Amino acid sequence: MSEPQVIPELKEIVGAMMFASKGSVSVGQVRKVMKKAAEEGTGAVKDFGRVSEKQIEEAFAEFSRDLHEAKLGFNVAEVANGYRLENDAGCGVWLRTLLEKGKPSRLSRPSMETLAIIAYRQPCVRSEIEAVRGVAVDQILRNLLDMQLIRIIGRSELPGRPWLFGTTEKFLEHFGLKNLNDLPGIEELRRMEEQILKKEGISPQGTGEEEEGQLEFEADGESVTGTENTESEE
Amino acid sequence: MTAQDEYKVQLDVFEGPLDLLLYLIRKDEVDIYDIPIERITNQYMQYIDLMRMLDLNIAGEFIVMAATLMMIKSRMLLPEDERTEMEEEEEDPRWDLVRQLVEYKKFKDAAIHLQGLEMERENVFEREGGEVKLQPQADLALQDVSIFDLISAFNDALSRVAKEELREIFAERFTVGEKVDVIMEMIREKGQILLTDLFERSASRHEIVCTFLAMLELIRLRQIQVKQKQRFSEILIIGTGESPPETMPIAEEVSDE
Repeated sequence: MSEPQVIPELKEIVGAMMFASKGSVSVGQVRKVMKKAAEEGTGAVKDFGRVSEKQIEEAFAEFSRDLHEAKLGFNVAEVANGYRLENDAGCGVWLRTLLEKGKPSRLSRPSMETLAIIAYRQPCVRSEIEAVRGVAVDQILRNLLDMQLIRIIGRSELPGRPWLFGTTEKFLEHFGLKNLNDLPGIEELRRMEEQILKKEGISPQGTGEEEEGQLEFEADGESVTGTENTESEE
Repeated sequence: MTAQDEYKVQLDVFEGPLDLLLYLIRKDEVDIYDIPIERITNQYMQYIDLMRMLDLNIAGEFIVMAATLMMIKSRMLLPEDERTEMEEEEEDPRWDLVRQLVEYKKFKDAAIHLQGLEMERENVFEREGGEVKLQPQADLALQDVSIFDLISAFNDALSRVAKEELREIFAERFTVGEKVDVIMEMIREKGQILLTDLFERSASRHEIVCTFLAMLELIRLRQIQVKQKQRFSEILIIGTGESPPETMPIAEEVSDE
């Protein structure tokens, strides 16, 4: 493997990686790549094998800051699983034409409200959503499931074991959110949620972001609310 | 021509009674914590009648809420000391409803915020032009204007002709299909029109109903979009420029016979 003649800075390397990747690049990924390259490399390539995750994180931050200050029409975005390059929203109109993207798809108001309730209350069952909106939501839920903005994340312990709904990765992407804590006003609405759970005698459970993408319950498998029933009765 | 020949508009309304109440509260600028129950109930019933007239598929919850409003209204009529005798812990008979409205309002505000994020986000692309694409939805794609704004405009148009109706002896037959053509023609000519322009030449209730249903159908088929500069301001109709779907109602089909 040939060694670079001019040794680049770490921020240049992470920048190049973001440029070359279609998806996002994570800190862990960079570290893995650097280690792997160091195994076969010599000199600087070998030295870079020892960089820490903290250094890589700093490199991303530095690259991001430089790019932002230079105002070049694109930026680093921190997304759910790493960093990626994306254009400045202000330039989007021309990109839409360049890429022949057509009209953007937007959600209708009732759909958006239903989605908001799920996003702030998740995991939640249909009857909770209907209690807030005061009207049946099954058609809207079906649409949101089709659009992959929400998904079924398990079954509730309530009578009839109704489905529990939560938001998806695509939901975060559609709204440009890093995680569920990024939701506007999450603190207030979450507090409200806890009060209501207390009132209904349901113990509050993880409100979300750490479960996102990790909860992999089978549709009819273990319930998400089952934590209080864990002691075994022999 | 029988009624079956007419193009039937199938529209589901996904808004519920709480949406309507919040709409009325906002429109009348009344205090949510001190709702003039009689006035709001009367308006509520009026909107339900209008939605029935349009044959919209409204939820049964609208009727349940009507009953609730009536009950609150009757309880409010009781002198306060008698009321407290009957229901000891209960304070204001409106309180349960108010709590529900306030809670829903918070999520509505959150939804508005999300809408802002969505609009900003639709101009952002990742490398190689990737973007998050949603599938087309099956419901009325109303973002800026609520169904109740439209119904309110419909009501204004109706009240304008109400007086003349008695003179009308030879009922003219209009169809939704014809009105679809008329609206699309107007938009082709002018680019955009005001909702009130649509009803300008409508002489009868029947014609207004057909025009209105045609407009709703065109929204559903994504041929037109409705916009509002501010809440409760005039409603603007704009063509989307999308090609008409095969199921587009055509005037000839219905007026042939």
